[in-house]
Amino acid sequence: MSTTTLAVLVPLLPFLGAVAGLLLGRTAPGFVRPLAILPTLAAAVLAVTVAVRQGGGQPISTATELTPTGSVPIDLSLYIDGFAALVAVLVGVVATCVQLYSTAYLRDDPRYPSYAALVSLFTSAMLLVVYSGDLMVLLVGWEVMGICSYFLVGHYWETEAARSASLKAFLVTKLGDVPFLIGLFALATDAGSFRITKILGTVAAGGLDHPTLVALLLLAGVAGKSAQFPLHTWLPDAMAGPTPVSALIHAATMVAAGVYFIARLLPVFAASAAALVVMAVMAAVTMVGSALAALAQDDIKRVLAYSTIGQLAYMTGALAVGDRGAAVFHLLSHGAFKALLFLGAGVIIHAAGTNSLAAMSRMDGLAKRIPDAFWTMTIALLALAAIPPFAGFFSKEAVLVAAEQTATGHSDLAPVAAGWLVLIAGVLTALLTAAYAARLWLMAFRGRGAAAPDHGKEPFAMTGVLWLLAVPSVAFGLAADSVADWFDGRALTPTVATSVLGTGAAVIGAMLTYALWQRATVKAATAPAAGPARSAAAAEQPAAVAATVSAATAAAESAAETPEVAEVTHEHPAVPAGPAADPGRALLGPLHRHAADGFHLDAVYDRLFVRPVRGAAGLVRFLDREVVDTYVRGAGSGTRLLGSLVRRAQTGNVQSYLSALLAGAVVLAIATAVLANVNAGS
Amino acid sequence: MTPAATLAAAATTGPGFLSPTGVEIAFLLVGLATFGAALVTVTTKQLVHAALWLVVALGGIAVEYLLLTAEFIAWVQVLIYLGSVVVLLLFGLMLTKAPIGRSPDADSGNRRVALGVAVVAAVALVWVVVDAFRTTWIDLDGPVQGSTKVSGEMLFQHWVLPFEALSVLLLAALIGAIVLSRRNDPADASDKGQR
Amino acid sequence: MHLAYPAVLAALLFCTGLYGVLARRNAILVLMSVELMLNAVNLNLVAFDVWLRDALHAGQALTLFTIAIAAAEIGIGLAIVLMVYRNRGTSDVDRLRDTAEGHEPHPINAGDSTGTARPEVAA
Repeated sequence: MSTTTLAVLVPLLPFLGAVAGLLLGRTAPGFVRPLAILPTLAAAVLAVTVAVRQGGGQPISTATELTPTGSVPIDLSLYIDGFAALVAVLVGVVATCVQLYSTAYLRDDPRYPSYAALVSLFTSAMLLVVYSGDLMVLLVGWEVMGICSYFLVGHYWETEAARSASLKAFLVTKLGDVPFLIGLFALATDAGSFRITKILGTVAAGGLDHPTLVALLLLAGVAGKSAQFPLHTWLPDAMAGPTPVSALIHAATMVAAGVYFIARLLPVFAASAAALVVMAVMAAVTMVGSALAALAQDDIKRVLAYSTIGQLAYMTGALAVGDRGAAVFHLLSHGAFKALLFLGAGVIIHAAGTNSLAAMSRMDGLAKRIPDAFWTMTIALLALAAIPPFAGFFSKEAVLVAAEQTATGHSDLAPVAAGWLVLIAGVLTALLTAAYAARLWLMAFRGRGAAAPDHGKEPFAMTGVLWLLAVPSVAFGLAADSVADWFDGRALTPTVATSVLGTGAAVIGAMLTYALWQRATVKAATAPAAGPARSAAAAEQPAAVAATVSAATAAAESAAETPEVAEVTHEHPAVPAGPAADPGRALLGPLHRHAADGFHLDAVYDRLFVRPVRGAAGLVRFLDREVVDTYVRGAGSGTRLLGSLVRRAQTGNVQSYLSALLAGAVVLAIATAVLANVNAGS
Repeated sequence: MTPAATLAAAATTGPGFLSPTGVEIAFLLVGLATFGAALVTVTTKQLVHAALWLVVALGGIAVEYLLLTAEFIAWVQVLIYLGSVVVLLLFGLMLTKAPIGRSPDADSGNRRVALGVAVVAAVALVWVVVDAFRTTWIDLDGPVQGSTKVSGEMLFQHWVLPFEALSVLLLAALIGAIVLSRRNDPADASDKGQR
Repeated sequence: MHLAYPAVLAALLFCTGLYGVLARRNAILVLMSVELMLNAVNLNLVAFDVWLRDALHAGQALTLFTIAIAAAEIGIGLAIVLMVYRNRGTSDVDRLRDTAEGHEPHPINAGDSTGTARPEVAA
């Protein structure tokens, strides 16, 4: 089979699998698992084959026009370059892992068939986005992903949190998609085609009339999909979905679609310096803000969600400095280790019976209960914190190198300001990332307190997948040299300066966190015993008291805070009381409260959008109920009044009826006679 | 058109109203009597008297039939209306225990409306009829039209089928009247009540 | 003879009957008035038949039929009046108001067996 045929099969197979799964899910439950795994696995294998055959050489580009569609033609086209081939491999591998993992994780879920079919459909849509050479077809996949995300986040629709989270995810991404659509049309109008190759050709020839406008409009859609500030608020809430969905959608694929899209159309964005600066600002704000927020979260999945936002911001930052190779490199490595992190988190939640880090920190021996998850999570966290030689280090260094080159003026693709912005924010975020990675690790695996509950050995489908994903998390970075050939050819190897800078920041962050954790642990251990003596201690060490008190309140909060979604079927163990050792609290200080709340962005949106809309809805409701309905009711009561008047004529007296009838007849007869006479006379 | 011309035009079809024939005078007098009897029938307070005045009115109509040379119909009128219908009505009055003597509530409250409707209808009808037929003349002198022979030939030559159908109708009416007026047996009724 | 004489007489008799139908309270008197109206129509039919010298004598034939139908009508009508009288104890037209708006079903009529007992009670 030719490479093109194989490439067509890649998105098609999961789609067929999804259709079959939806159709057969109820009638033949035995086929559900094979139908979920095999097409995805086949698609992954085919994607690898396509990548091998493409080999980073000339892009494969074919197109067929189904039918003329008016002014701007819409083609069914494939455009596979190095980026597309590698991202498709990532999507296929992660989707296969997630499907395998889900068979064990959602073993007892009654809605597993529809879940598996939706995941397949989602995979298919993502592969379509990756391979499509036509923006309209790309948009189809883009929107299908949106709706699949809606359904999957709302998988546990029995809970209020899942319902509102799915709605929020849908609405926020749609909010970005509207300008995105307009941007696509503007772009196609300028270029005269939806084909990516033609658009890029137009851009290269300088034929784009409104680059800034188009770029900013497209950027809005990307911000919605890739959860960048200010449209990122849906992603932490989307953790109400099942954990494998979080791994697939909210870490490796869907959120990466936005970044991938910009990478595809980078020349369009690069044509406008303003758009690049806006992108850089967006990336910087998102990076730092999400890293701070991740430090303050208690739910392990929310920590990972915020870290996803931060890592996506790295990619956006790389794009803002015009290096899409670095961006997609980071996308790939991040996709691997973040999927691993989420799947590992699923195992941890499964074992601990809670989402809360504070509760985990009061459990002893969680690491021993789930050694697979412990080791793989450790690897993934090291990769996240960009510690050499793990994958995250190389990809993040590639981003930092690109930013540094732009900042120092070695690259003329992007403004110098954007370079500095991304570089500084990147280094700062590297510190914070290492800090929250360390915090997560320490709180989850170095808990002190009651022994963790024993739920037996985790299924192999779950743990095996973890090890499978651990391989690229460890080793992918070593492939930086060869991967660079697949991309634009710019070197992705780290330079000494940025390595020292980034790794140094990461190490500082991790050490700081460890030190604070040590202190907090000691405090937590002594606090219950030193209850009466607290006032005495308070006089000596005001600062320490503040920490103790805050730790105590944190314990109260976390005890009150039940996990948002009871996705684990085990009974929740009794959460051991007592303060949790949380280094994030001490690290952030007064910022902690705001960071835990996502810097109150939701409240701001509530003020800005939700309340006015509700007010308008109330007004409309008032107009409908009180004004429009008055007329409607008036029509009813008027008729009723008339009816009651007419009803009085119904006396039941036959003679009066007959009198009225005959009187009418006489009147008619006279009228006829008179008219006949008048007409005869005229 | 002058009155003289109207008279002249009327003269072409028959004599004018100012020089009535003997038959006309008789018709007019009997007609007045009939109309008067009919008026009394519908206005009298004594129910039995109303039935008796109805006899006078129907008999007057029978005389009018005779004057119109419809001999057979006149006798049928006498036989059926005077002979049976009025008797039936009297039986009906009796069986419903109609009060003998003046009953002050013989007329319903609908009387004024009824009067209005009737007077207006009468004025309209008379006006239209007079307007239409004031010059039409019936020639009564031709071959006899309503004798028993003529009526018999007419009925049994041309109207046999409706006639027979009518007999079925009469039978049905007879049975219907019997069924309707049959008094249910009290024992039967109590059986029903117990069931 | 002028056609106007029988025609006007018929019209007047018809309207008299009309008045009777509309104004009389006793159902049997209403039936009498109906007879008057029927006779007025008969008179018209005969008069026009004589005037037109119809070969089939349709007017006279119809008159005969009308008379026969009137006889049937009076029989059925009286039977109905009698039955109403037995059930309700009255034959006054304006007291039979079952179709009136907001009318409650007749308490005696509600039972299917007690109807016949009513006239005896009234007597």
